[in-house]
Amino acid sequence: MAYKLPISRRQLLKSTAAGGTMLAATGLAPLRALAAGPLTVGFIYVGSKDDYGYNQSHAEAAATFKKMPGIKVVEEENVPETNAVVETMESMINIDGASLVFPTSFGYFNPFMLATAKKYPKVEFRHCGGLWTKADPANTGSYFGYIGMGQYLNGIVAGHMTKSKKLGFIAAKPIPQVLLNINSFLLGARSVDPAITVKTIFTGDWNLPVKEAEAANALADQGIDVLTMHVDSPKVIIQTAAGRGLYVCGYHVDQAALAPANYLTGANWNWAKPYHDFITEKLGHKPLGQFVRGGIPEGFVKMSPLGSMVTAPARKQFDATLADIMKGNFAIIKGPMKDNTGKIVVPAGKIYPESAIELEKMNYLLEGVIGSTS
Amino acid sequence: MSAPSAIGLWGVPLAMIGGAVRVSTPYIFVALGETITERSGRINLGQEGTLVFGAMIGYGVAIMTGSAWLGVAAACVCGGGFGLFHGWICSYPKVNDIAIGIAMMQLGVGLAIFFGKPFIQPAAPHLPAIPLGWWSAVPQIRVALDVNALFILGLALALFLNWAFRNTRYGLMLRVVGDSADAARAIGLNPDRLRLYATAIGGAMAGIGGAYLSLYYPGSWNEGISSGQGLMAVALVIFARWNPLGCFFAALLFGGAGALGAALQSVGVTQGYYLFYAAPYVLTLIIMIATSSRSHSLIGAPGELSITK
Amino acid sequence: MTNASPDTLTGMPRVEVAGRPEALAKWARHAEALVIPGGALLAGLAVFSVFLQVLGKSPLAFFQAIYLGGLGSAFSLDNALTHASPLLLTALCVALPARLGLVIIGGEGALVLGGLAAASVALPLQGQPYLIVLCAMAAAGVLAGGLWIGMVGALRYYRGVNETIASLLMAYIGIALMNQLIEGPLRDPASLNKPSTYPIGQAYRIASIPGTQVHWGLVVGILACLCSWVLMERTTWGFAARVAGGNVRAAQIQGLPVGKLIMAFTFIAGACAGLAGMIEVAAVQGNANASLASGYGYTGILVAFLARQNPLAIIPVAFMLGAIDASGSLLQRHMGLPDATVEVLQGILFITILFSDTFYGRIKWLNPDLWARAQP
Repeated sequence: MAYKLPISRRQLLKSTAAGGTMLAATGLAPLRALAAGPLTVGFIYVGSKDDYGYNQSHAEAAATFKKMPGIKVVEEENVPETNAVVETMESMINIDGASLVFPTSFGYFNPFMLATAKKYPKVEFRHCGGLWTKADPANTGSYFGYIGMGQYLNGIVAGHMTKSKKLGFIAAKPIPQVLLNINSFLLGARSVDPAITVKTIFTGDWNLPVKEAEAANALADQGIDVLTMHVDSPKVIIQTAAGRGLYVCGYHVDQAALAPANYLTGANWNWAKPYHDFITEKLGHKPLGQFVRGGIPEGFVKMSPLGSMVTAPARKQFDATLADIMKGNFAIIKGPMKDNTGKIVVPAGKIYPESAIELEKMNYLLEGVIGSTS
Repeated sequence: MSAPSAIGLWGVPLAMIGGAVRVSTPYIFVALGETITERSGRINLGQEGTLVFGAMIGYGVAIMTGSAWLGVAAACVCGGGFGLFHGWICSYPKVNDIAIGIAMMQLGVGLAIFFGKPFIQPAAPHLPAIPLGWWSAVPQIRVALDVNALFILGLALALFLNWAFRNTRYGLMLRVVGDSADAARAIGLNPDRLRLYATAIGGAMAGIGGAYLSLYYPGSWNEGISSGQGLMAVALVIFARWNPLGCFFAALLFGGAGALGAALQSVGVTQGYYLFYAAPYVLTLIIMIATSSRSHSLIGAPGELSITK
Repeated sequence: MTNASPDTLTGMPRVEVAGRPEALAKWARHAEALVIPGGALLAGLAVFSVFLQVLGKSPLAFFQAIYLGGLGSAFSLDNALTHASPLLLTALCVALPARLGLVIIGGEGALVLGGLAAASVALPLQGQPYLIVLCAMAAAGVLAGGLWIGMVGALRYYRGVNETIASLLMAYIGIALMNQLIEGPLRDPASLNKPSTYPIGQAYRIASIPGTQVHWGLVVGILACLCSWVLMERTTWGFAARVAGGNVRAAQIQGLPVGKLIMAFTFIAGACAGLAGMIEVAAVQGNANASLASGYGYTGILVAFLARQNPLAIIPVAFMLGAIDASGSLLQRHMGLPDATVEVLQGILFITILFSDTFYGRIKWLNPDLWARAQP
């Protein structure tokens, strides 16, 4: 399709330093094919790979391997979490000869990926976001990023920039990864001012533009002045919030270009890092990681550059916290902590660093979050 | 950035009014267009596809030309094209209009997604809002009453159609054709031609509805932009008993009830949000059950309409 | 509604002409039912080829992909059949009420609730024999789906509520209900990032047909189509339904139990969709979750209309759709086309096939009545 657009997607990405410089930024060495034939790698996305959000963050990473000699990338988008994903995986294996497959949506993990992996023991499967355990097939694994730390940093900036002391969070579904993001955003803001609250609206699904816009308006009506989100395509929320004069913190990919005057910062994925590691291991005939996690220090997650409106105190705390996070094993969930129904969810003395497995099973919203997990 | 003070529970009714004004416009346009089509004795279930294609092409043209109104025009023209195509195919004997509509829905959505990929990321110019809330000092009220010109046009169209169906020659012709093709032929009308025009106008209006989605509210092209609004609007026509003013109010009701889920969560009523989100559907169903009756279920239904035969 | 068999579809007065070779005429009518949709299919493919050519893609590569992905190997054939399997049942949810003149478009809601009911019933029955659990699940699915669409039928009969809009509204309500329950009271806390009910248990899953990767749900679907055909074509009930569908008033005057017919047919229709949901849970998902609402109900509408509401024709139509769906993968991967390509293809094919309805009885060499007129 040859449209002449004022800005193309590529240009946009370059201007926000997310695409072409991705590999250079994380200091990854170029890959060299050691295997005889080309290695076919399959990527499967649940939505459109141009969604300007979650799926695009994966597709951009996959695209960095397309030009590399010795590697063939096969992709499929809009694959639902049904038997369809089994067919896609098998088709990639049987017809394209894929020997490394990345199903990137939560619902692909169990039963679909696990069942397919049992059938094809020679193919490696790595799932994004699943909680892999040793009981799962030997040729499977999972990877994910500690993006909660990114939402914590978002929260710090939001905490400094809010006047009403009321923040908003628009989320799709109350699943552990989302709840951790909401709680992290709250804790970041409360590290600035413990009186801050976070109002949460669940829309019920990952891509519902009208409901997301309604949620942003409803929050704005309630005096919320900084907003962030966890949905698949944050564009509508960012634009609606900016239209109401709110500040926003982004998610998934850098979207500062949409609202330069309102976009404070954002928590963004850098999937090229884990993909690069897996593919290097596969090419070198080394065992692939099975429970791969990484945060900002490992280069799995990065922050969008701070907007020019971000105040000096906010910058200072942001930079200091970022430096602490870079040391690794940063912890924000520390007991005693109560959830928003008054129940103690983290006992006194208990500290969960970002890598704690318990955080991947989070089922509560902390005191200070106005919202419900069901 | 001046932080407006919170308005608490008043947010719920306000969100519903605001939601009704913001969300209803696509329903109004699709439903009014479909009323014209159905009054002629045809049903076009493909309006969903037309709506989504209109959203895509409106956004794309707005990006390429820099003018949101040109986007609306393009969506209107393309929607008219879809309508013409539907009307033309269905003018052949034995072609089922419901089935063709469903197939056109698939085609329209498919084409929109196919050609819409490059437009997901860039931002298009938006349609302007008319600040009808200038009299209020409360910013929330001012925002809720930011009304798009298309909404006002929709209201005007509803009033006009309500009058025109009864009082103009074309309105009468349309109704004759819709009630009995044989009677229409007997007085020298060509049912197929009138239906062709009626479907084309219906499609053009659905295209405008789509452009509203992508160019005003929520104001972005996205593959999930519609989530069934076109299909629902066709259903609202039956709900409104083919009455243009009824369509307008049904759309308002639907938009207002749709705002309930988010508004309630924003004031702290947080449990059971899926059920709140289902409010527009439940409410519509309840009203239908309450207002229908066994003996005269289809008052106002065009006699030639396949879906109610 | 065009649900008559081909010979009545000509719509022309059947002039009995002396000397018309009856056997040949019958053959011609059968040929018509094959030639016309077949020709339409080819025409649709031709239109799509032009579409591809305009975009600078090779139509040849496209046919190769369709063959490779949908038909070319045992593996692809399996995929096509797996895709087809839920569509058989959801199409019946449209085709059965259509016989009564009812347009039901809310099968998705019945499917989702059928699946949810099946998963809920399996929970307290853990440890019971396989067949008992499976039958209980099927019964729950059938009941939930049947009652949901049966309610639409009841609303239609007792309150005169339009069934098309009621079924659509109830589909949205059903999906909301399922989401609320699987993220609330019925949620398995261990279902972390994909809120689901508790699993029904590996022991109670529906297996694959030996030698294939297709689950037994396919056989259930085909049997359901066959039974529905018998019901519609070979029983008094089916005949009565056809009369009522043609003219309600006439049916009532003749003393046909229109109300019972409507309730029975909508119940069976919903039961089919509910059963599809149960199979999706027991054979594919292993629990009930939001992925139950992935559009099988809506695709079923299309299948039913393409099959002209004939339960037997649903089988090949669903298979064709399955094959196109299954090859959609390869269009993306091998031709670099976007995911929506397969929707465009389907849209074009369906429009040409539906359009071809107009040729029934109008092609001279296939219509004995026209032969007669051609030679006075």
